[in-house]
Amino acid sequence: MSPESITADQVWTWLEGVPDPEIPVISIVDLGVVRDVVCANESVTVTITPTYSGCPAMAVIAEDIKLALEKRGVVSVELVTKIAPPWTTDWLSEKGKARLEDYGIAPPRQTGVPERCPNCHATTVTKVSQFGSTPCKAQWRCDDCLEPFDYFKCL
Amino acid sequence: MMTANEALFQFLLRQGDNALVLGHRTSQWCGVGPVLEEDIALANTALDLIGQTQLWLAYAAEVQGEGKSANDLAFLRDAYDFRNLLLLEVPNGNFGQAIMRQCLFDAFQVPWLTELQTSSNQQVADISAKSLKEALYHWERSSETVISLGDGTEESHAYMQAAVDFCWPYAGEMFCDDAVDEAINTAGIAPLPSSIRQTWIDQVESVLSEATLTKPNSDFAQRGGRDGIRHTEHLGHMLATMQVLQRSFPGATW
Repeated sequence: MSPESITADQVWTWLEGVPDPEIPVISIVDLGVVRDVVCANESVTVTITPTYSGCPAMAVIAEDIKLALEKRGVVSVELVTKIAPPWTTDWLSEKGKARLEDYGIAPPRQTGVPERCPNCHATTVTKVSQFGSTPCKAQWRCDDCLEPFDYFKCL
Repeated sequence: MMTANEALFQFLLRQGDNALVLGHRTSQWCGVGPVLEEDIALANTALDLIGQTQLWLAYAAEVQGEGKSANDLAFLRDAYDFRNLLLLEVPNGNFGQAIMRQCLFDAFQVPWLTELQTSSNQQVADISAKSLKEALYHWERSSETVISLGDGTEESHAYMQAAVDFCWPYAGEMFCDDAVDEAINTAGIAPLPSSIRQTWIDQVESVLSEATLTKPNSDFAQRGGRDGIRHTEHLGHMLATMQVLQRSFPGATW
């Protein structure tokens, strides 16, 4: 495919196939990390934003984007990192939230409290720690099935 | 008389070095935290701080205009070139002391970064808005933990009272305005640190009182970190460990 014929819509669709390196059930588009795609002058510019300022997955995400686009014949990929406006969990797509729950991670909520246990769906849950296996998650426990689970922090 | 650019560079170093030095000290807890959850929390806090460091020091390097990177500033400067608060460079001590230090610093960072969001300098405003989100949940955890331990057992209470007594003389440095602060304030980049002192005291008093801890009475402040004039002897030792790889193998990358 010649770069001139690539449209931004196509690139968005391709990027929807790029999984988040740490939570592979959702794509970087569902996560809201991809902010903008511009196709011009035979090159594609993708603007990304970090979830957390120290998120170690950013370097991998940047590599994965390049690989995904080069695989489709895009010759020149430029990546721009932008921190403003800062990433918020409001940018997680509904599809992304549903997939998180299926995967066993309670999706973020404005109240700061998970709606229910992602395993048994009981609504009585207790915070274990504000920090979890990655910066974006906290540890909670279901008071009903007693299973611990990750909660995607609201940011 | 310093130029506007020099003042901005010094200001950015203070922002970046606070995050770097506290981030590195906090990372020293990785693998030795008292319980698994706290170990993870400390490591994640350190990670946030190192992320913030990259943002501040990358901008500092740009303002400096000598073609350096954030990594150059972090790994190739000596102790006397660092501009962090003394509070953040003293060794971790025990877990209670590390949490108290975090709490006193977070109580400063939250109102400080809130003000910086409306800085006349857009990059400062953007980095602050990003960092504030993280500072807010650091504060939530550090203040809750100080309360739990202070109002905990007799033993944990004693540790926390000793922690606040130890940290207190270092905390006042946050609010000692100098020529850099004046220049930055005049340029509309940041308020004077002294202007948020009362907010900080109110927050800290509220936490200490809920934690059944006694606020030290002295207003004496150890200074010399944020202007680099007199760091403690601990910073050099910390940097020796932190910088050894880049000093021994200059330019080494992963």
